[in-house]
Amino acid sequence: MLDPVKIRTQNVDFFYGNQQALRDISMDIDAGRVTAIIGPSGCGKSTFIRLLNRMNDLVAHTALHGHIYLEGQDIFSPAVDPVEIRRRVGMVFQKPNPFPKSIFENIAYGLEVNGCRDRDIVEERVVMSLKKAALWGEVKDRLRDSALRLSGGQQQRLCIARCLAVAPEVLLFDEPCASLDPISTTKIEELILELKKDYTIAIVTHNMQQAARVSDKTAFFLLGELVEMGETQHIFTAPKDKRTEAYITGRFG
Amino acid sequence: MKRNFTQAMGFTFLFSSLALTLLVLFSIIYFIGARGLKVLSWEFLTQVPRQAMTAGGVAPAIVGTFYLALIAILFSLPLALACAIYLCEYSPKGWVVNFIRIGINNLAGVPSVVFGLFGLAVFVKSLKFGVSMLSGGLTLGILVLPVIISAAQEALLAVPHSIREASLALGATQWQTIRRIVLPAALPGILTGVVLSIGRVVGETAPILFTAAAFYLRGFPGSVFSEVMALPYHIYALMTEGTHPKEQTDIAYGCSLVLLLLVLVISALAVYLRQRQRSRFHA
Repeated sequence: MLDPVKIRTQNVDFFYGNQQALRDISMDIDAGRVTAIIGPSGCGKSTFIRLLNRMNDLVAHTALHGHIYLEGQDIFSPAVDPVEIRRRVGMVFQKPNPFPKSIFENIAYGLEVNGCRDRDIVEERVVMSLKKAALWGEVKDRLRDSALRLSGGQQQRLCIARCLAVAPEVLLFDEPCASLDPISTTKIEELILELKKDYTIAIVTHNMQQAARVSDKTAFFLLGELVEMGETQHIFTAPKDKRTEAYITGRFG
Repeated sequence: MKRNFTQAMGFTFLFSSLALTLLVLFSIIYFIGARGLKVLSWEFLTQVPRQAMTAGGVAPAIVGTFYLALIAILFSLPLALACAIYLCEYSPKGWVVNFIRIGINNLAGVPSVVFGLFGLAVFVKSLKFGVSMLSGGLTLGILVLPVIISAAQEALLAVPHSIREASLALGATQWQTIRRIVLPAALPGILTGVVLSIGRVVGETAPILFTAAAFYLRGFPGSVFSEVMALPYHIYALMTEGTHPKEQTDIAYGCSLVLLLLVLVISALAVYLRQRQRSRFHA
């Protein structure tokens, strides 16, 4: 029963106080594919993906209308525990944010807070996650070192490994390469292409080449509205809306 | 040309201010050191006072000071930490919390003798702890409560929001995030606050004046309900009471030196702990 749609949003409006950040967003995020969300700064794309794992719960004075379904379940229904949603829908942030702990502890933490007490299993999962995040070779001899001694690109891959350890179903990337150099960016992009075999991925990016390189589908946001969404190829070669065309050809941004 | 001259003036002024401050600091240390060293000896640190305070040591006062600080910190640290965590992490933001914060900051500015009277009314009289180590320790604890709360709040607020988000995004609860991520990251800052307040507790005289202190005791305090001798009060008493002003003054300087060294050791310990924590996790 593989549902082709992993996350479905239905007429989502979102407000910070009186200010409306999202207007009537209805979109599907396909299971096992990469969905890119592009748009100029302040268009609501980060706000949008932060709704998908209920991170915006932490911001005061916000209001949401509409529904967001994860595998058909409304994640904002009162019966749903946001903590469990966040375990299932992992997030990698704009700036690498490792904990001020050792590399090993950074990854083991997610397992421990989710109730995994067995040291052998924890160790096994740490190694597995580091391998999946293509970081194992670089850190295998220094697992007890502080994660803050890693380079920015390595820290970001550590954050990805940290997510993978708790076995999420969806990975949300919020401009994951915004603070990285081109080589680190390439590594992260390769990793995303690798990870899409096992996870549903949504990535917010400023960088249109990046969206073109890594995504299967692309959604274009403008001023809190979803202007257009479709197969990445189509969006970049034959956009239907002229605002999308203007944006991808670089006439504003 | 004129700009450079102004700059040179500025630097000179700043440097002289620093030099003056250091001069004052070093003269304090020099005078206390020079006069205190005359009486400082192993006997001074380990013996009880004898011959109407003119001979023997001040060991009971040292031990008393230590106990008072211990009670004060044991009482105030958990309470302050809980308050700070609640205010920073849980309480809804708004004017109520701001009001509480301002209240706490003002509490830190209340003269210590007022805390002493409060301790007398509440711990000594109402709760019937009597003039005792417990009353004095609790009074001192309340005195430093706002200091520790403020320090802990600052330390908690200094923990980047991004790592809280990282923890929550992994499916940790807010409590797990606080206990396992935020508190460890804030620990060095909290520790600094604790040490500052230990320094304060060790040196305060007024709060224990009516609640705990005795001028002279034959030996060491036997329980938390005993009166105690304490270094700062002992200095005060030596300088204002008694019949041998000459010898007593020397002993008072000895006590001051011991007090100074005590605070120095505590501070050094805290700096060491903080550095160790830092070097482990900050690249």
